[in-house]
Amino acid sequence: MTDFYGIDSALSEEERAVRDSVHRFVDERVLPIIGDCYVEGRFPRDLVPELASLGVFGANLPEEYGCAGLNNVSYGLIMQELERGDSGVRSFASVQGALVMYPIFAFGSDEQKRTYLPKMASGEIIGCFGLTEPDYGSNPAGMITMARQQSDGSWVLNGAKMWITNGSTAHVAVVWAKTNGDKDERSIRGFVVPTNTPGFTARDQKGKLSLRASDTSELVMQDVHVAGDAILPKSAGLKSPLMCLTQARYGIAWGSVGAAMACFEEAASYACNRVMFGKPIGAFQLQQARLAEMLTEIVKGQLLTLHLGRLKDAGTMTPQQVSLAKRNNVSMATDVAREARRLLGANGILAEYASMRHMANLESVYTYEGTHDVHTLVLGQAITGLNAFQ
Amino acid sequence: MKIAVCIKRAADMETRFKIAADGRSIDEAGVKFDIADFDGFAVEAALQLKEKDGTGEVTVISLGKDAVQETLRKALSMGADKAVHLKTDAVPADALAIARVLAAELEGGGYDLMLFGRMAIDAANQSVGPMAAELLGVPCVSAASQLGVAGGRGTARRELEGAAEVLEFPLPAVVTIDEGIARPRLPSLKGIMAAKKKPLEVKPVQVGESRVTVIKMELPPERTGGRIIGEGPDAVPELVRLLQTEAKVL
Amino acid sequence: MANTFAFVESRSGELRRVGLEAVTAARRLADATGGGEVHALVMGAPGISAKAEMIGAYGADVVEVVEHAGLALYSPEVVAATAAARIGDGSYRAAFFSASAQGKDLAPRVAAKLGVSLGADVTAFETSGDAIVVRHPVNTGKVIATLSITGTPVLLSLRPGSVTAERAPRTPRVATIAPAIDPAAARVVPRELLAGNTAKLDLGEAPVIVSGGRGLRAPENFKLVEDLAAAFGNAAVGATRAVTDDGWRPHTDQIGQTGRLVSPDLYIACGISGAIQHLAGMRTSKTIVAINKDREAPIFKIADYGVVGDVLEILPVLTEAVRKAKQSH
Repeated sequence: MTDFYGIDSALSEEERAVRDSVHRFVDERVLPIIGDCYVEGRFPRDLVPELASLGVFGANLPEEYGCAGLNNVSYGLIMQELERGDSGVRSFASVQGALVMYPIFAFGSDEQKRTYLPKMASGEIIGCFGLTEPDYGSNPAGMITMARQQSDGSWVLNGAKMWITNGSTAHVAVVWAKTNGDKDERSIRGFVVPTNTPGFTARDQKGKLSLRASDTSELVMQDVHVAGDAILPKSAGLKSPLMCLTQARYGIAWGSVGAAMACFEEAASYACNRVMFGKPIGAFQLQQARLAEMLTEIVKGQLLTLHLGRLKDAGTMTPQQVSLAKRNNVSMATDVAREARRLLGANGILAEYASMRHMANLESVYTYEGTHDVHTLVLGQAITGLNAFQ
Repeated sequence: MKIAVCIKRAADMETRFKIAADGRSIDEAGVKFDIADFDGFAVEAALQLKEKDGTGEVTVISLGKDAVQETLRKALSMGADKAVHLKTDAVPADALAIARVLAAELEGGGYDLMLFGRMAIDAANQSVGPMAAELLGVPCVSAASQLGVAGGRGTARRELEGAAEVLEFPLPAVVTIDEGIARPRLPSLKGIMAAKKKPLEVKPVQVGESRVTVIKMELPPERTGGRIIGEGPDAVPELVRLLQTEAKVL
Repeated sequence: MANTFAFVESRSGELRRVGLEAVTAARRLADATGGGEVHALVMGAPGISAKAEMIGAYGADVVEVVEHAGLALYSPEVVAATAAARIGDGSYRAAFFSASAQGKDLAPRVAAKLGVSLGADVTAFETSGDAIVVRHPVNTGKVIATLSITGTPVLLSLRPGSVTAERAPRTPRVATIAPAIDPAAARVVPRELLAGNTAKLDLGEAPVIVSGGRGLRAPENFKLVEDLAAAFGNAAVGATRAVTDDGWRPHTDQIGQTGRLVSPDLYIACGISGAIQHLAGMRTSKTIVAINKDREAPIFKIADYGVVGDVLEILPVLTEAVRKAKQSH
């Protein structure tokens, strides 16, 4: 395990225990199969019950809802370890926990919490998060999905969502829609929509060259009729889904470090064992420089996420701090993955090694949950007070 | 059924070991520690026996400095019910001295089964369990690869060189657990949280005289590799001889 | 000048090689202290007394024999009580056992009964003043400890193969004695001895792994690999990715970059060339044997012992030799 700066000593016993359990799970259950899953374009669905019994779904939500009640550093370490396996596996857990369980927890009624959270923690109910639309990615405020309330208090939803992780697997979707015409972003509310509701269809998006061990779908809602109590009562405007994204991005900042660690460890081990020109390639300065650069950036990322986690546990973390960490760490991980792949030479293009898989995955991670560029602008606005989005 | 499991905190065997400056111990800087391998099997065996029985209690016991509490909590997070830390700053190299302390704790505990790992993966003596059994005067089967308990009696299988034996014994008894019983379960995240609330009793102990002293620790010579000992079937006798007398693995 | 004691291990009426190694070790220590006597104890079903002569041939001055119908199988409580009684009666400098499956069970029981300390699984020993200094591999053999053990006697269990049994013929004084407790009164009762040990070991746990690659040429030839593993008794079977990809073996058997990472005490690579992906999974094994027809194969670069040749010809011979070695253990 890559811990050049002895960061373990800054973790509590409980945090280390959580990390070690998920680490072993990934070693034993994810790594042996994930390369094949990736090549076959298949999410390893068999892992869901096991991940649930390990307790990773919504692990930072309270025990009264069947969750583990961990702190946010532990939650981050879980994401790190899962993404050390594969970004697709981590994405599944992020969506389930941060994008579906979290909004139900934060904006849902007591009954919604009691109905959904325990079954989502146990993996009986799988969720997806419908915010992004075909023409509204970085600009969710422009969404055109509409929810219209009927005279009996029920709702009818119409619209389409795209790039939805777990979309075709999910039993339930948290769908974000405008309730007062397409110009009013303050009218955006969340709805808990069972995916077997008539008019709701999910279709897998084919031909992905990234996140191949993850289901990504398009959702179409045509006169989807849900009861009045499907609305998340405490959701209010665009800031509600953005709060969910902050939760998920927090996990991504950790997860991407895990992917980078996996690539670095693979590259370092290969460099010490692969012999060329009569000596291990790790003895050549070019490869040493590669490895030194990778390790340095990983250590910085590790320190960044740990401090971010401590801020989150203290309740003082800001969305802009999360933007900085997501932006830095994912970009760092894409660089590390690419350099690792190059160090591996021809072997590096094989699915037998993890680096190219991580490299391709991280291009999605770079793009989703706020692209790298969008986070640049978030930081720009935080620094200057000037909005460069519009 | 009341079960005690004696566990040891040991270095992760994947570690690239370094000898400490005193030349008599392992440099522990940066080394990860966990439940010693076979002791993890023993905890798993105890939990499965309890689950099969439907009732009972599993107590984990460890001797050592304060760091062993982390190891005890790991066992609690797997599902053990309570823990006892026999606190001492120095654990001797003498298995008999260790067995005496553990036997004193086990004595009068009312345990039906007292489990140990077959051996501590680090010290590799494979002695403490049978010694504790002798000191307690209870039956013992060591290195069990299968264990069944019913009606106050146990049946265990032991693996021998190219053979195996089956033994029966009455409870209470000491059984030391070999690999092959069942892989230790992963502590769930809820289990980790629950472990913090389970009882962990700290008992300072005096370890008696040790007649075994570590004089030196050293790393074995580096593997060289590349040695071709012969060609074809004719090389087999030499290979077997080397495996027996040089590598000592046959 | 000091007397020493040796417990001579037997199974099914035959002495085991490790039993004679204990006699040789006891002989050496006695000689090193100026030539004391070696007293040996052997226990078994009626007929075991016929082995006394051979024990003498390896250097025992006295052979005490316990013959009892209840000792056809190793009965831990009876043997431990008898050995403890015998060792307690003499004033021995050291008492030798084998660090075999049986000896590792027996020696600590005897030590606790006598209240003396045990040097377990030692690979070398010598006297040093009042103490006996031993070498003992710890941390799965990654570290070697040198220990000093005091007390009278010191009990030692010898790692098999640490001492080569040597003849040192004498005509022993043979005495037949009774077991210290009646085998019928033992609480721990041996029920049966099973031939072969068939417990299926996980690749991660097995002390020995026999692994096969494309050099086996056809899936049915994996039988040769399985036979060798069975001869060891404590071995699991592994395979390379090429072999699992071709469906010769299940994917769970694959060792390497994408398969299992293993570090057994002994890894035998059969018909494996040693692609870097495979080496990544097994290079930390403690002892590596490679059998391959290509002398230039990379596997030989990391192998402790290489045999060049056709794996299909070599494996049956090796299997037979291992089986014999195990039987005489």
